Amino acid sequence: MRSYAFDIAHLLAGGMVVLSFLLLYQTRITAVLNVFALQSIVLSLSVAWQALIQDAPHLLITAAIALVLKGFVIPAALHRIVQKLGIHREIEQVYGGGPTMLLGLGLVALSILLVLPSGQNVSLLVREDLAFALSVLLLGLLMMITRRNAVTQIVGFMALENGLVLAASGAKGMPLVVEFSVAFSILVAFIVFGVFVFRIRERFDTVDVSNIDRFRGGRGN
Amino acid sequence: MIPAFPPLPLGLTPLDAVLLVPAGAMVLLAIVPGYRMGAAINVLACGLTFLASVGLLGAERVRSDFFLIDDFNIYLVLLTTFVAFSTSVFSASYIDHELDSGKLTPQFVRFYHALYQAMLGAMNLALVANNLGLLWVGVEVATLSTVMMVGIYRTPEALEAAWKYFILGSVGIALAFFGTILIYLSAQDVLGQGISAMAWDQVQNSAGKLDPKLLSLAFVFLLVGYGTKVGIAPFHAWLPDAHAEGPTPISAVLSGLLLNVALYALLRFKMILAGNTATLNVGLVMMGLGLVSLVFAALMLYRRRDIKRLFAYSSIEHMGIMTFAFGLGGPLANFAGLLHMTMHALTKSAIFFAVGHIAQIKGTQRLADIRGLSVSNPGLAVGFALSVIAIAGLPPFGVFMSEFMLVSSSFTRQPWLAVILVFGLLLAFGALVIHLQRVLFGDPSPSVARSKASYIPLFVHLAIVLAAGLWLPEPVVRWFRAVAAQLG
Repeated sequence: MRSYAFDIAHLLAGGMVVLSFLLLYQTRITAVLNVFALQSIVLSLSVAWQALIQDAPHLLITAAIALVLKGFVIPAALHRIVQKLGIHREIEQVYGGGPTMLLGLGLVALSILLVLPSGQNVSLLVREDLAFALSVLLLGLLMMITRRNAVTQIVGFMALENGLVLAASGAKGMPLVVEFSVAFSILVAFIVFGVFVFRIRERFDTVDVSNIDRFRGGRGN
Repeated sequence: MIPAFPPLPLGLTPLDAVLLVPAGAMVLLAIVPGYRMGAAINVLACGLTFLASVGLLGAERVRSDFFLIDDFNIYLVLLTTFVAFSTSVFSASYIDHELDSGKLTPQFVRFYHALYQAMLGAMNLALVANNLGLLWVGVEVATLSTVMMVGIYRTPEALEAAWKYFILGSVGIALAFFGTILIYLSAQDVLGQGISAMAWDQVQNSAGKLDPKLLSLAFVFLLVGYGTKVGIAPFHAWLPDAHAEGPTPISAVLSGLLLNVALYALLRFKMILAGNTATLNVGLVMMGLGLVSLVFAALMLYRRRDIKRLFAYSSIEHMGIMTFAFGLGGPLANFAGLLHMTMHALTKSAIFFAVGHIAQIKGTQRLADIRGLSVSNPGLAVGFALSVIAIAGLPPFGVFMSEFMLVSSSFTRQPWLAVILVFGLLLAFGALVIHLQRVLFGDPSPSVARSKASYIPLFVHLAIVLAAGLWLPEPVVRWFRAVAAQLG
């Protein structure tokens, strides 16, 4: 039973890392949203599994929040925004797919090297979960850096938050307060982002963030 | 041990009031339509919160799983609520002009006042939290509310600044959260699972038994995360934009308060690591980052073209000084750091008040278009000149005292680093003097409006900074000594 629990937790957390890589090279906005939704569903499965093996029913709430909100509601809302703004075409990337993937691999290696050796008293499962979570977090960060489009940056940020939830659920007995706050922050973040997207739309008729940059010209720092 | 949380409804303790007054005012301000009424409620709520924080001095020291009141945070709550109060007075008169000139609409002013209270409440929450998760929530909510306020003018520049602030701030806060999880993981090993492994005081007490590698790793994430909010050099990119494009009262509270709160969070974690000798040398890392911020920002001061950006870089410089002081540690340097936190908050907000007046009178933030202030507005020129002289670190102001203490302490302990410190200070001093001289003298540039904003907050802050530079009252000295000892 013990190794079985270990394997499934591994599989789900590893699945999230793979989906993070998938997010990195998608060129169409709808595909990005779909992969993100899938990642959130895997996240909720992973959190639910943690609830089971840790015997911590409150984690099921976190899993439910991840499933409903990030698996369905937010992607659906973003799909609508994308439709309304008419930006469901190809999206620009700062770097090509290849170099980004290589960078991503480097980040995963880095997080494994950082996390695995530390905390010998903490069980191996927790540490490996943490390494996966850190990878997801850093890959989300990478996605935010390599995308120019506001919507994909939002998705990058939420992927990063997925990594955080994964890490929090892996930490045994972490108080509910924190999970609640994470869920809350995602909600707030989404509202803020929504406001931003609409304002940006209002002013520039585009959500390509690089268009904002042009206003820097001539102003001087 | 004082029992956890005293019963609520009518018997409000000062601690409850510090948190609940801003929360209630936020809801009220979101409903009240008139902007004059809103501004009045804002001032009133800030004033009440300040009174409540004074009440904290006399009240029982709370120490529960969620809240902790000790010497360190009482003084910061006092400072925060005081500056928030005087800024609300300034803001009430300042916002009138923004409405007249059509930069803001009444709905946005309503929104602005509600967010102001949200920010104040969140900062207080971060300061009084004992639970590390609660601390994180406080910093996060304060950041989000300032993000919205930075973007409130909705010009392309303001949106860009808010976007940048939001992205960098969120990444920072995400990394800080990861660091918090790591701290919990290392603590649950010793303290057991659950709430006590998230309580700062308990984690600190058992710091010696925690896994040093995990703690070091956690601190790296916390340093980058909360360091982004502090505006330490490699992570400062959001700071100048956010200061330059938001409303001036927000620049004042950002520089004066939010940066302090983030630094406070970082110091709490530094105190945990200080209890474990096998961890990485936190002090050295902080000294390094502090000096980098100081010298970098001092160099950046020279070629600024925007007056608010200029003083934003000056804030980076001063946060660098504080980070260096706390990194150096020891009774004297910590004392200097604490004093500098206070003096910088008061002086920098005074400067932004003056800058707010100047920008309204001259109708621009471009330094090149602000000339001859001593001829056109002598009174304002005096206030501005005094506050810039104060922040540049000239006697007899309080900033001089703290910088002097820090320099003398570092010369005895880290002479080589002290050379860099003095170099950075002189560099910044030169830049500020050059800019000040250009703004004050020469042919006055045309004024487009009269400033209706109140001058009282500016001169009250200056008076306190001057008084602190001349004579620090004995109880304050004792207080700072105790906190400096606590910081280790």
